[in-house]
Amino acid sequence: MEPDPLKNQLIYFDNAATSWPKPAGMMEAMGHYNEMIGGSPGRSGHRRSLDAGRIILETREALAELFGNGNSLRIAFTKNATEALNIALLGILHSGDHVITSSMEHNSVMRPLRFLETLGVQISVVSCSGDGRLSPEDVHAAIRPQTRLLVVTHASNVTGTIQPIAELGQIVREHGFLFCVDAAQTAGALPIHVDEMAIDLLAFSGHKSLFGPQGTGGLYIREGIEKHLRPLMMGGTGSRSEFERQPDFMPDKYESGTPNTIGLAGLGAGVRFVLTEGVQAIRSKEEGLTERFLKGLASLKGITVYGHPEAASRTAVVSFNIASVSPSEASLELDERFGILCRPGLHCAPAAHRTIGTFSRGTIRFGFGYFNNDEEISFALEAIQSLAAGD
Amino acid sequence: MEAQKFMVFLFPSVSYTLKAEKIIKEKGVAYKVIPVPRHISSDCGVCLRVAVEQQGLAAEALQGLVTWERMVLL
Repeated sequence: MEPDPLKNQLIYFDNAATSWPKPAGMMEAMGHYNEMIGGSPGRSGHRRSLDAGRIILETREALAELFGNGNSLRIAFTKNATEALNIALLGILHSGDHVITSSMEHNSVMRPLRFLETLGVQISVVSCSGDGRLSPEDVHAAIRPQTRLLVVTHASNVTGTIQPIAELGQIVREHGFLFCVDAAQTAGALPIHVDEMAIDLLAFSGHKSLFGPQGTGGLYIREGIEKHLRPLMMGGTGSRSEFERQPDFMPDKYESGTPNTIGLAGLGAGVRFVLTEGVQAIRSKEEGLTERFLKGLASLKGITVYGHPEAASRTAVVSFNIASVSPSEASLELDERFGILCRPGLHCAPAAHRTIGTFSRGTIRFGFGYFNNDEEISFALEAIQSLAAGD
Repeated sequence: MEAQKFMVFLFPSVSYTLKAEKIIKEKGVAYKVIPVPRHISSDCGVCLRVAVEQQGLAAEALQGLVTWERMVLL
């Protein structure tokens, strides 16, 4: 049956921005905190304060299990991946340092780097192929004696192209500098193991494939790095209150001010959902949906698809263009006529669009999620076909 | 009857205390999370209190997983 937007029968294909719907447990966990706990974690010893602290600890522990790092206290919570990336980049890099990145990065990496450039940090942006792939050899060639950091997205938010993280981590490890990975698009959607991939800093968002609410995210920091990583904010942590100096230990060093306990309660439920379903099962479902959509698009006329042709080499993100319609017009039509919700434009990643040749037109981006199904893909393909035909 | 003697484990912050709590709870050690006694430290946080007889069991469970800063006899 055709979805009727007026009856709220929508097809949500904007999961690369924020996943929706969320598992039932997420709202339950947030409601439970709100109704039964409500206290400030780490700010007192009363039972509601301790229960709030226990909720946050459980969320940390679930994330540590997901990322394969034994110590949950190596994860600092932030409001999103952008804040986590800002802590990593602004905290590590100083004038005279050299940093390597790719030409597929989101502005959450590019903007802090361009700011640091004005302070004397040298930046090498390694060009990726037209389908968005970063070559480890090219990264190797960009290394200098002053290289302090490689910062790379695990998968592009524009094309879904997955980068060879383990291989890149190996190169970084051999040369003795640091490796920061932007996992905004992949945490929960692809397997991530910080030790096996030699990741030193892992920035993740909670509201995408980890099924948490907006306003949640975090930064994994390998042991010892916090000694050289300046915090972005300082303030009350509930610890070492007799001192006016910021604590120097994890996670307090990076967690000043009252945290988003209600959001982290929801994130914990989301991560436990991912652990229960299994990242492989989630990946398999999303890859299947992406493959079905890519095959369908290939049979349509007047459509250009970007990124790697194989679903196995990308996350469940597909950027495409319809020759006869601009991305913004197409997205409006898809919403109003077909109830399909997606995202047009540059997706906060101008560098990536330059790489794939879609700057400044942009693309239409479909971001599939674990709760989408084959019928929705088929319906969307029919809708795109009619838009391409000018119907 | 002699009064029960307690040992408190002090940690860098509440995140560590609650992680330690989770570990010793799973080991079946009897414990209580209490505010750090003022005479021990001016820190406004919480610490783990266990019976003196169980301090060895608690320390063994935490070894290598959560580092404590001090153990103080109450």
